[in-house]
Amino acid sequence: MRFIFKTDYDQDIRLLKHSGYWWSYGVLAFLLALAPFVLGGYLLSQLVFVYIYAIVGVSLTILTGFTGQVSLGHAAFLAIGAYTAGFLQSLGVPFVVYFPAAAVITGAVGMVVAIPALRLTGIYLVIATIAFGFIVEEVAARWEAVTHGNEGMRVRTADLIAGINLPRDEPGFYFLCLGTLVAAIVLALNLARSPTGRAFMAIRDSETAAKSMGVNLALYKVKSFTISAAITGMAGVLFAHKLSFISPEMFTLVLSLEFIMVIIIGGIIGLHGAVLGAVFIVMIDPFLTLLKDDVPTLISSLMLAFGAAEQTAAGVASSIGDIGAAPGMKGALYGLIIIFFIIFEPYGLYGRWLKVKLYFQLFPLYKKATFKRQKTYVKSERNR
Amino acid sequence: MFDFVQQLVNGIAVGCIYGLIALGFVLIYKATEVVNFAQGELMMLGGFFAFTFMTLMGLNYWIGFLLAVICMALLGSAIERVVVRPILGYPQFSIVMATIGLGFFARSIAGMIWSTDDLKIETPFSESVTENVVRIGGLVIADDKVSIIVATVLLCVVLYFFFSRTRMGVAMQATSQNMLAAYYMGIPVKRVFSMIWAISAAVACFAGILLAPSTLIHTNVGFLGLKAFPAAVLGGFGSIPGALVGGIIIGVIEALAGFYLPQGFKDVAAYIVLLLVLWFKPEGLFGLKMRKKV
Amino acid sequence: MSLFKVDNISLHFGGLRAVDDVSFAVEKGEVFTIIGPNGAGKTSIFNLISRLYNPTSGTLTFEDRDITAVPPHEIASLGIARTFQNIELFENASVLANLLVGRHCHTTTSIWNELLFLPSVRKAELAHRRAVEEVIDFLGLQKYRDMLIAGLPYGVRKVCEVARALCTEPKLLLLDEPSSGLNVEETEDMAYWITDIKKDLGITVLMVEHDMSLVNRVSDRVLALNYGKVLASGTPSQVQSHPDVIAAYLGG
Repeated sequence: MRFIFKTDYDQDIRLLKHSGYWWSYGVLAFLLALAPFVLGGYLLSQLVFVYIYAIVGVSLTILTGFTGQVSLGHAAFLAIGAYTAGFLQSLGVPFVVYFPAAAVITGAVGMVVAIPALRLTGIYLVIATIAFGFIVEEVAARWEAVTHGNEGMRVRTADLIAGINLPRDEPGFYFLCLGTLVAAIVLALNLARSPTGRAFMAIRDSETAAKSMGVNLALYKVKSFTISAAITGMAGVLFAHKLSFISPEMFTLVLSLEFIMVIIIGGIIGLHGAVLGAVFIVMIDPFLTLLKDDVPTLISSLMLAFGAAEQTAAGVASSIGDIGAAPGMKGALYGLIIIFFIIFEPYGLYGRWLKVKLYFQLFPLYKKATFKRQKTYVKSERNR
Repeated sequence: MFDFVQQLVNGIAVGCIYGLIALGFVLIYKATEVVNFAQGELMMLGGFFAFTFMTLMGLNYWIGFLLAVICMALLGSAIERVVVRPILGYPQFSIVMATIGLGFFARSIAGMIWSTDDLKIETPFSESVTENVVRIGGLVIADDKVSIIVATVLLCVVLYFFFSRTRMGVAMQATSQNMLAAYYMGIPVKRVFSMIWAISAAVACFAGILLAPSTLIHTNVGFLGLKAFPAAVLGGFGSIPGALVGGIIIGVIEALAGFYLPQGFKDVAAYIVLLLVLWFKPEGLFGLKMRKKV
Repeated sequence: MSLFKVDNISLHFGGLRAVDDVSFAVEKGEVFTIIGPNGAGKTSIFNLISRLYNPTSGTLTFEDRDITAVPPHEIASLGIARTFQNIELFENASVLANLLVGRHCHTTTSIWNELLFLPSVRKAELAHRRAVEEVIDFLGLQKYRDMLIAGLPYGVRKVCEVARALCTEPKLLLLDEPSSGLNVEETEDMAYWITDIKKDLGITVLMVEHDMSLVNRVSDRVLALNYGKVLASGTPSQVQSHPDVIAAYLGG
């Protein structure tokens, strides 16, 4: 078990607390840099989706994890970023201009949305963001001049600088997404260790005390929304290029829920949660395909090996295949996962990882009841 | 002129459905301060249960109605026991997400069990029986719309008196404000929670069966539940008459928007109203303004 | 010129007169205590001063400046800090993080600098940390520095409330029942700290208190309230021997 002897205030401000982190993150960086040259096309594509979802997860962690403002409408910000990119690209604007422009425009919309949200807390804010999501979806379908309505919009490959293209399957695009994710994470971490980040967390925990300590609630809530929206806007541009075709029915409430699931599954207590959650969510689709295609044959061959009759083995295999192929399976799985994580893993995958790490650090002195949840009673949140 | 009144009546009828779902929200919120995002899906399940009893098993409409309501009530209790009770005391965000997850799950399972096609049930008020219309002046109002309005008003009156006059109702309000104190005062908190979810599911079932003739029974009926949010917010989240009034207002606005405004406004009209209400009067028409005392 | 003046302030909630035409003045460098039974309006006056409530009538003057209409988040930068009767700490953060939020009114960095974490931000952070460490030393919170508030005992949380208020470098410190819930030893410590705050840090203290021994020990002047109205005002012994105060509050 490592003991960190603190001799300098700087140690609490530094991002990487001790040398062990240099090694572990270094190895991770090396592996990720190597990935496009080693992994096949399908896995690489999924990894790019992980990055995009993780970027939105980071932005949601800033808004919900740091500032406590729950948003179920982030698909709307993604849509705004994506459509801005598509529209400006069709006007001939180069990538290096419309990438930051999409962030700025989405941030501006976030600022506008934040102003009515200032008065709303808890459940009212959730409902308002759902309403916002629906309105943006409808606008995307009706504003045909800009978004081509329900027909959708084709997005051509990104043109980095004159001549250098970034087609969506090439390593170049992969590194662009990875770079954006790293930039977003570093921004969020910088925010967390600065006065603004502390003001955000003060707003989350006690608005009254934050007011008395000099935190201008309105200003900081607007800042939080703006930053979160801007980062999601950037993810929107990458999303548009990755799919190379966007239409309003891609940006529904279900997508917003997937983003919230990213932080519920990953854990709201740290930025690692955003990445872990993204990995989990993106893995669900391949998992279902696996369930449909490979698992039945696997199970049936196992059963045959254990001496079961051929009929029963085939029957089991086909029923598992049917379950995997059932049309509503994805929704049911989402529902089960959300409920499971909320009841059993309130701190998400990252929380579980920290608990496991603690177990090994304290070994053999770890007590099973270290994280036992105290019985809490419902206290009215109307008077927060 | 007649067009306007016709739209008005249609709007009121749809609004009653919104009101019933909003009522379900408000009931659970009043007792446990949980907002049940799966209320729309409970309504959908109510419709499917009714289909099973009335069409698949061929029972009489009224018996099928009763059985469906009872089944939904039991289902509501079961959901409360399995999903909600372990997470009471968690921050509100978690419980809301759990109910959303529940809604997802319910919708998908319903699709798998009953298939994703549109299903029909036969009611005594169906338009297929051509005499079932009410004529006032030159207006023609279908019987099923009238039945919706009448049933909703009756239900609301019953529930309003339940909450304000009976001991159980007051106990429910106490539980939502301070659960620990309610325990100390001898209120059977767990039974209260089960009961309120059962009542709420039964109300949703009511709504589902009343709605079935107009929209048919299918898995996307639950999305109507999302429209009920503006209704609940407009009425004020803690108020039973508010839920009904809010629902009717939203229904009417939607019907008129669909008729008089260009295409597309009908779907977002409810949400625009919602945002306006949240901006100008967040506590709704009948709600109370709350502030923390430090 | 008094440091802080309250002139004919009233706070009515419909028919309920929480504060009814109260006036008093606090001189620089003194410890001024407000006493009275529960519901007398003492915390309401504090909430009026922190601008969490709007007065129905009357004015508040701080350093000859009218602060009756100032928004609540500007009060801290003016130099008024407060603690809360039912602790309003940030439960999910460490003691250090709580105290650093207290430094918020002294922020010099802009959000763009912070996003990039430029060297100027790092320097400012280290300066804030040094200031916070001085308060930690003053109140003896060293061993609780990195612990989350949620796990701390009540007495320590009370001290953290005071520490957070001190981190704002106030000129006027509002203490709302600093000794409620503390045992005899902790109340002793609190008495020493209040005297130190007055003498060593030169901060004026405006306090609400029920513990009369603490009031006698540290206060320079006392104001007694009942049902939102002023009963008596003067030195501790004057107020404690006032017949109205004895009848309404002290008994015996």
